[in-house]
Amino acid sequence: MGNQVGDVATTKPDSTAETTIAADDWQPSIVAFLCNWCSYAGADLAGVSRLQYGPNVRIIRVPCSARVDPQFILKALQNGADGVLVSGCHPGDCHYIHGNLVARRKFAVIKKFLEHIGIESERVQFSWVSASEGSRFAALMNSVIDGVKRVGPSRKLVKEL
Amino acid sequence: MEDRVEQTSQAIRNEARRLFEADEIDVFIGFESGSLPLSSRPAFLTAEEIAQDPSKIDTLVWDSFCTSNLATYLLRYYANEPNRRKKREKPYPRVGIAVKGCDCRSVYTLAKERQVQRDSLRLVGVPCAGMVDVRKIQEQCADEIVACEEVDDSISITLRNGESTKIDREKALRRSCLECRFPKPENTDSIIDTPARKPGDGGRATLEAFEQKSSDEKWQYFSDELTKCIRCNACRQACPTCWCKECFAEHTDLKWIGVGSDLTDAMVFQITRIYHQAGRCVECDACYSACPMGVDLRTYTNRIAQDVHELFDYLPDFNPETSPPLATFSEADSNDFITDPEQAHE
Repeated sequence: MGNQVGDVATTKPDSTAETTIAADDWQPSIVAFLCNWCSYAGADLAGVSRLQYGPNVRIIRVPCSARVDPQFILKALQNGADGVLVSGCHPGDCHYIHGNLVARRKFAVIKKFLEHIGIESERVQFSWVSASEGSRFAALMNSVIDGVKRVGPSRKLVKEL
Repeated sequence: MEDRVEQTSQAIRNEARRLFEADEIDVFIGFESGSLPLSSRPAFLTAEEIAQDPSKIDTLVWDSFCTSNLATYLLRYYANEPNRRKKREKPYPRVGIAVKGCDCRSVYTLAKERQVQRDSLRLVGVPCAGMVDVRKIQEQCADEIVACEEVDDSISITLRNGESTKIDREKALRRSCLECRFPKPENTDSIIDTPARKPGDGGRATLEAFEQKSSDEKWQYFSDELTKCIRCNACRQACPTCWCKECFAEHTDLKWIGVGSDLTDAMVFQITRIYHQAGRCVECDACYSACPMGVDLRTYTNRIAQDVHELFDYLPDFNPETSPPLATFSEADSNDFITDPEQAHE
């Protein structure tokens, strides 16, 4: 993987080392996989509309939410992401007709499964944001950031390098 | 009445003999006695072998130690040669196979995924009385087991120190067999006339107990089990539905898991392996039986099977018509797990 998802570990605040950073200062790193056609455009609209949301997110653009293999999510968590968000077009609006419906089945299974092994449900989230929903995107980011802050820095599944 | 083990073994031999004599099969896959006590290993009898020496059929046995899932061995007969340009000229070999309930469900799962051809198979169904978890027996023995004999519902064990004990078969059964929902194979070409176990609840009680744990407790359990994993891949090889020609675990261009002894790498391997079994796992516990370190991930394999059942109303059963759940979709699928920021802010 080298310098793909791995970069998150180097850019996050030094939370894995037991330093003296107060809990309030800790900022989560969140990896967001956004589909090119809806959610990425939604994020763009939030930007050009100058809507405020937390700076904790690292966006990775993917052609479709169905492109997101659950292994991407595991790899992001292993490489030190505190949270992962996957967002695509609303069901029925997929650019590839039913990509997000296929993806929804995968996500439903992996989300339940990760909770079952003990990963907090706030860490891995899925959502639908359309290209016209800039404000929804900003609200979503704030809600995901709040959720991840609630559960604190990720310690499970993080590979110590 | 004749002993159950002998009766079942004899019936399988008769059926295999009949299939060979009628020239319906080229190969028969069953079990023969292993070289160690408490083990039966897969046996592959070919038509040429049997033509030369018909008594070879008598090596087939069916006792309580047939823990492997024989469907695993079918894949090799249908493997496509890599980079094959021309259409296959030879027909696929006709394979006879003795199947328990779980093996039979795996065969149908593979047939749905077009990894085996149902037409060229002769399924000999063996109603299952449950298979034994050898670890449960070993735990009760103070010394090495040098011999064992199974008669009806008890297993006589002889130890190296000369002692011998009798073990109640029912108490030594595998968890999956105690909880098995489908002990009796269906949709087979022939079926052996022996009684099957009463179907269980599929492990619902065990899962509900596990569900009560907090995230940290669940994580602790998962970590403790994975610490034992040596990543020998025995679980993957033993699994009939792990049939990818190229496994993510061996990718080097996009390295999903590191080669070192890091615990998280073992975790990512197992999470992905089990996730890939969603909608395909028949809870046969072949992975657990094959594991040399006794890593017990059955809670998770059961859980994912249960999740798929709850989410998509799909069970990998004996029905050849249904499509694999992750290969299809429905507009009515649950949207409950989706984060909706508008609801979160209310």
